[in-house]
Amino acid sequence: MATLTTSDLRKGLKLEIDGEPYIITDFEFSKPGKGQALYRCRLKNMITGSQFDRTYRSVDKFESADLEEQDMQFLYSQGDSFHFMNTANYEQIEMTRDQVGDATNYLTENLVVSMLFFQGRPIGINLPNFVVLKVVKSDPGIKGDTAAGATKPATMETGFVIQVPLFIEEGEVLRIDTRSGAYVERVKA
Amino acid sequence: MSAEEILAGKRAHLELRCRILQTIRRYFIEDGFMEVQTPLRTPAPAPEPYIEAIPADAPYFLITSPELYMKRLLAAGYERIFQITPVFRRGEQGRFHHSEFTMLEWYRLYADYRTLQEDCRNLLLTVCHEEGKASGWDYQGHWLQVEGEWQHYTVREAFRRFAGWEPSSHVDQYRFDGDLVEKVEPHLGFPTPCILSDYPSSQAALARLRHDDPSVAERFELYWAGLELANGFSELTDAAEQRSRFREALQMRRQQGYVPYPLPERFLASLEDLQPCAGIALGVDRLIMLLGNAGHIDEIVPFPPGFD
Repeated sequence: MATLTTSDLRKGLKLEIDGEPYIITDFEFSKPGKGQALYRCRLKNMITGSQFDRTYRSVDKFESADLEEQDMQFLYSQGDSFHFMNTANYEQIEMTRDQVGDATNYLTENLVVSMLFFQGRPIGINLPNFVVLKVVKSDPGIKGDTAAGATKPATMETGFVIQVPLFIEEGEVLRIDTRSGAYVERVKA
Repeated sequence: MSAEEILAGKRAHLELRCRILQTIRRYFIEDGFMEVQTPLRTPAPAPEPYIEAIPADAPYFLITSPELYMKRLLAAGYERIFQITPVFRRGEQGRFHHSEFTMLEWYRLYADYRTLQEDCRNLLLTVCHEEGKASGWDYQGHWLQVEGEWQHYTVREAFRRFAGWEPSSHVDQYRFDGDLVEKVEPHLGFPTPCILSDYPSSQAALARLRHDDPSVAERFELYWAGLELANGFSELTDAAEQRSRFREALQMRRQQGYVPYPLPERFLASLEDLQPCAGIALGVDRLIMLLGNAGHIDEIVPFPPGFD
């Protein structure tokens, strides 16, 4: 952990405040010509997602947040617990469904994700931008519906339901954008 | 985008900069001012509590303003002088700040801050007319116009109205600056420019106090679209008073652990000969931002930090 000053403040900087990790999502430097500098920040709690605004002055000091990223391989889930393995040292850790959040939509066995740790505790998962998922259920497209861009729902192997083009069939493998949850393309098996 | 494409994309703003600089020069020359050049380095910057000079080949510093040199010219009898110069202030970096920026300063002997306010009006009218914007234009979603009545608040009026309290002569600077930025400035200068005048005496800087009310200084700031454009005052010509203000500022700098400056003795000596006068500094980059509808100062200089 390092002590920082206002001159280090910028968008994207991660700080520890009251024992919790925060990221600066908006930053503005203001200064009356003959007055004190004000460093106006919007801070987002990296665990709860809650946001608040705070203004700092030149005399203020900060602690950088003790954050670490590790590549973790998803092993399996059992009820509400999700099990991962550190690809570097093979240590296993368990996270709750709440902690994993929306990432549960994309987790398939052996998928490697980047996990964020705060003071050694896992607090979040960064998925790869694209994952490959298998369609387990999708009704055939309605005959005669040829409107360009027409879609239908499809259930993926993780239980996640997305909109896909009408020509997609059960058993096909699709590339999905994890940032938007959108179908990208078919992947040849 | 390649570096050349980025630079080529700035042509409209750089041409605007060129025209505004020409207009400013023409305006002052036609008004009987003389353009001067003074050093970019100084061994003794004006001691001010919150303006940090950048050291440059000790014992020199880069100037934070040409003010002291220009007043030495005034003391020698140069009646009307102006200068457009780069100035340097450490640690200032943001949407409206570069630590190197362009300052326009002008000074008049035998005048006070009211004359400067008239100058501001005439100068901005001239610039806007030259740019074909006399009837107004859109700046980042706000309608601006130079014609019509300008707003004018004293600091007390503006704080009472927008911050809900009235600063005294020795106001707590922490509270003052915070509310100025967050509560007062966002209301100043829509759609016409705004003069904010009569600062608390503790924030007189190098301004003289009002004879009829020494709790305030004859200092004003020009705002437009919430942006601080210029700071001017009736100059303090009392050498003893100026020396004591500098000492106070140096003391404060020492307490806060800033690099010490020597007292600007040649400037202080020149005050003995300085007649009543007034001077003002205007941020040229910000004026270009307003006229060019630029949301970030990086847009109106060719080589902003990180691209230099």
